[in-house]
Amino acid sequence: MSEGITLSVWRGDKDGGEEVGYQVPAVPGMVVLDALHWVQQNAQPDLAVRWNCKAAHCGSCGAEVNGEPKLLCKTRLDDYAGETVRVRPMATFPVIKDLVTDVSWNYQVAEQIPPLDPAVPAPFTMYQEDASRVQEFHRCIECFLCQDTCHVLRNHDGTDKYFGPRFMVKIAEYEMHAVDQGDRVPLLAQAAGLNMCNVTKCCTEVCPQHIRITDNAIIPLKERVVDRYYDPIRTLFRRLAGR
Amino acid sequence: MAQPVSSGTTRPAARRKKMPYWVEPLTTLVVLGTWLLYSLWEVLFHNTGTYHNYISPYFSPGIAGWFGWHILTALYVAWVPFLFRFTCYYYRKEYYRGFFWDPPGCAAADAPRKRYSGETKWPLKINNLHRYAWFLALIVLLFLWKDAVEAFIFPHHGFEVRVGSLILLVNVVLLTFYTFSCHAFRHMVGGRRDCFSCGGKPSQSYRFWSRVSRWNAFHGAWAWASLFSVWAADLYVRLLLMGVIHDARLF
Ligand code: SF4
Ligand code: SF4
Ligand code: FES
Ligand code: FES
Repeated sequence: MSEGITLSVWRGDKDGGEEVGYQVPAVPGMVVLDALHWVQQNAQPDLAVRWNCKAAHCGSCGAEVNGEPKLLCKTRLDDYAGETVRVRPMATFPVIKDLVTDVSWNYQVAEQIPPLDPAVPAPFTMYQEDASRVQEFHRCIECFLCQDTCHVLRNHDGTDKYFGPRFMVKIAEYEMHAVDQGDRVPLLAQAAGLNMCNVTKCCTEVCPQHIRITDNAIIPLKERVVDRYYDPIRTLFRRLAGR
Repeated sequence: MAQPVSSGTTRPAARRKKMPYWVEPLTTLVVLGTWLLYSLWEVLFHNTGTYHNYISPYFSPGIAGWFGWHILTALYVAWVPFLFRFTCYYYRKEYYRGFFWDPPGCAAADAPRKRYSGETKWPLKINNLHRYAWFLALIVLLFLWKDAVEAFIFPHHGFEVRVGSLILLVNVVLLTFYTFSCHAFRHMVGGRRDCFSCGGKPSQSYRFWSRVSRWNAFHGAWAWASLFSVWAADLYVRLLLMGVIHDARLF
């Protein structure tokens, strides 16, 4: 790949667009975002791409590289040696321009989730066993790549039926918190649409933070919904106890 | 660490060349489909799975025998492991992808099925009762352990180790890992709790939960391994019964 990289970048806006090819000189260690910056500086200054940290930390640069949801700043071009690198915006969200999509739906969802409700005022003592469990969920950088790949949102127009994996992680973070006294199980069973998820794990496969979304957040939450709404024996005991 | 937080290395040496998206679900469809057809053939067309001191996992425990029933003897028990695997979170992933194409691959450019309701409607809603299937499967597992022990004690010979004994033993060990790495079990032993250390030190349920969590990270591997071992164990007993093979003594 000494000659260069063949990029094919989707250009357009909400009314449509198409992929446009660019030849970019290769530099060792280069990531897809570097190549897009080269295009901005040398060929098309109006190419729109959202980014901030270039360190896989801010979660702004999510897009699809050769059909896989990726952080542009963390996707190395030497992984695609000999291939045309096709870069497209996240398909689940409406396009604003080129690679930039409107992810504001996610912030509307976030507002519907009751925040942490500690039983004792901070600062409270929390032991490592309890902290470790929710620390995994704190690694989320809100790149929304999991939302992009989730077939409920992507293929079935599920934004009015399911909050999506990112927000299952968020809810798990609060629900499994040692001092939280909030109850988000009814929300999970109803508006959040947890059972629209069929545990097929695409979210886990794409998460750049390697959060085990399905195994550690979604399935344990599903079990909590079962406790409350589906398990006949637990329901009977709850009735008998008058709760 | 409370639960394994990563299922892989952060950067594999080189990105795996992506196969076409349909390869994986199609493989699942073919393998699980073949296993289903084999199981139907076994359950519907055979009335015994016992060869001397061996008993095929499809026929154990021999409920039919307790009541003196002689037809479709496997059917009375085989529905338990079937229900267990059908409602298993791991197999759900596999068959939703392989059989329903919901989705066939991640972010694959395919035409999705029009109707999709996740697990919100019957019959898929039944999957919410996986924990009950777990308890039923546990009962069967206990019988399979008994069978595995008996597979080493041969009529007129006493203790011997033969190929069949080992197959039945390996099978029950794999099934044990599969059963105890279950997500519902993980929830029952401790996952249900929000606070593991509110008594000032890690609770017993924390210890159970973190152990199960470690096994659970490989639940899919246990699921496949135990599926193949059940298959192999049954086929071995069936071939012995048909006189196709002979059981070799090892020591
Ligand atoms: S496991 Fe559930 S949340 Fe994750 S991508 Fe699949 S359907 Fe969506
Ligand atoms: S859970 Fe992972 S993929 Fe989803 S938004 Fe957070 S970091 Fe991104
Ligand atoms: S630019 Fe911040 S994550 Fe890529
Ligand atoms: S989740 Fe697979 S057996 Fe329970």
